[in-house]
Amino acid sequence: MFDFLDSGQYDVLGAFWVTVQLTLYSAVGSLIWGTVLAGMRVSPVPLLRGFGTAYVNLVRNTPLTLLIIGCSLGLNQTLGIALGGSTFKEIGFRLAVLGLTAYTGTFVCEALRSGINTVPVGQAEAARALGLSFFQVLTLIVLPQAFRAVIAPLANVLIALTKNTTVAATIGVAEAALLMKEMLENEPQALFAVFAVFALGFVLLTLPTGLLLGWVAKRVAVKR
Amino acid sequence: MKISKAAAAAAVAVALSLTATACGGSKQDAASDGGASGGAKDKIVVGIKYDQPGLGLKTPDGKYTGFDVDVATYVAKELGYEPNQIEFKQAVSAERENLIANGDVKFVVATYSINDKRKEKVDFAGPYFLAHQDLLVRADETGITKAEDLNKKKLCSVTGSTSAQNVKTKLAPEADLLEQGGYSECITGLENKAVDALTTDNSILAGYAAQDKNKGKFKLVGLSLSNENYGIGLKKGDKELQTKINAALKKMVEDGSWQKAVDKNLGPANYKNEPAPQITEGS
Repeated sequence: MFDFLDSGQYDVLGAFWVTVQLTLYSAVGSLIWGTVLAGMRVSPVPLLRGFGTAYVNLVRNTPLTLLIIGCSLGLNQTLGIALGGSTFKEIGFRLAVLGLTAYTGTFVCEALRSGINTVPVGQAEAARALGLSFFQVLTLIVLPQAFRAVIAPLANVLIALTKNTTVAATIGVAEAALLMKEMLENEPQALFAVFAVFALGFVLLTLPTGLLLGWVAKRVAVKR
Repeated sequence: MKISKAAAAAAVAVALSLTATACGGSKQDAASDGGASGGAKDKIVVGIKYDQPGLGLKTPDGKYTGFDVDVATYVAKELGYEPNQIEFKQAVSAERENLIANGDVKFVVATYSINDKRKEKVDFAGPYFLAHQDLLVRADETGITKAEDLNKKKLCSVTGSTSAQNVKTKLAPEADLLEQGGYSECITGLENKAVDALTTDNSILAGYAAQDKNKGKFKLVGLSLSNENYGIGLKKGDKELQTKINAALKKMVEDGSWQKAVDKNLGPANYKNEPAPQITEGS
């Protein structure tokens, strides 16, 4: 039943490696972008607050498929933006990371904002009274505690991101979902076996992530 | 007391869901078996593509057009169904075998190339059409005349399709291949000069080139990079239906309806079709 795996025709591990790379790059990108967004949403400047709110509500509620195809059709094929890549393989990967980062950043932002709400107001007030600027209060006092409170929600975001990378197949990034399409085209007699292989692959990627980060969340949580 | 109540509730729920599924199952069987009797009030369900202009297309106003649709309508007529008794169902590539095996459709006419792996799950009638993998380029393109020319060009095809795999493994491994979700996206790229060529079966390409909004913009290069024998997919072991469909196809070619359908759907793209292929399946 699984003999299609032995034919040497399909590089399943290679495809999942691209999935892992997409996840890692987008995770780092969206962690940075989400933190910046969260900073904007709690900042005292109305313009930044307005931009943060508008961006999060707009992008969070746009289907990811639309964003990724928009990156490919709009940015690349119509406007000619290549993000420094020369072949479609490079361009597609970078555009996918861009789209995933723009999308996942909003969820990181909202998770982080809920973490900021767990920090007692008195701490920020005390820090202000000591003469720290808003930026110092945020980076030295509030965010370190906020991050420790939202490890578990961020793990959920990371797991969602891992699965969302499959959308990159629609613009031709050679990750797991694309290989699955190829295999379904060639091996119709083994439809369910193919599905099982890829489902198992994603479980193997996401289950340890959840367990590990759940354990970390318990270790570092701020006891109040 | 509490536990036994809960257990009773659970048992009832299970029993209910079991009967519910049983009902659903038998109903479905009845619907799919309806085709066999060929009575006046029965419907026949046929799988086609919804997104391939010239072959199988569902138009925004809910009508179906294309060569595959014409073939399906002709075959259904020979089986004893009027056009208003045909119910079309979308058969995307990955689902065709399951639709047939589960009895959701009576047969599938959807640019379905006959090959051995597919024959493990379904039987075919036909072939009714011979297509070749080809390239579609902009009308003013002169730099692409053979497959090797693609090695320095940007090429577009659909994710996971046989044509895309052919390019990657055989035809032009160094071509810069963009795999999109559908051919429409490729057409956009071709028009914007983001890609230089689009590859798949020439029948599908001709269908796109023949669309009103694309007339005169693109041309087929006219290569025969592969042989794709389109067959009509049907349930494995249904020899009776296979024989009937083969007879219908033969008649369609003989009375000229076949050529008329090709000209009507693919003609505007200056597409030189192959003559109707010999029927090889199930003889």
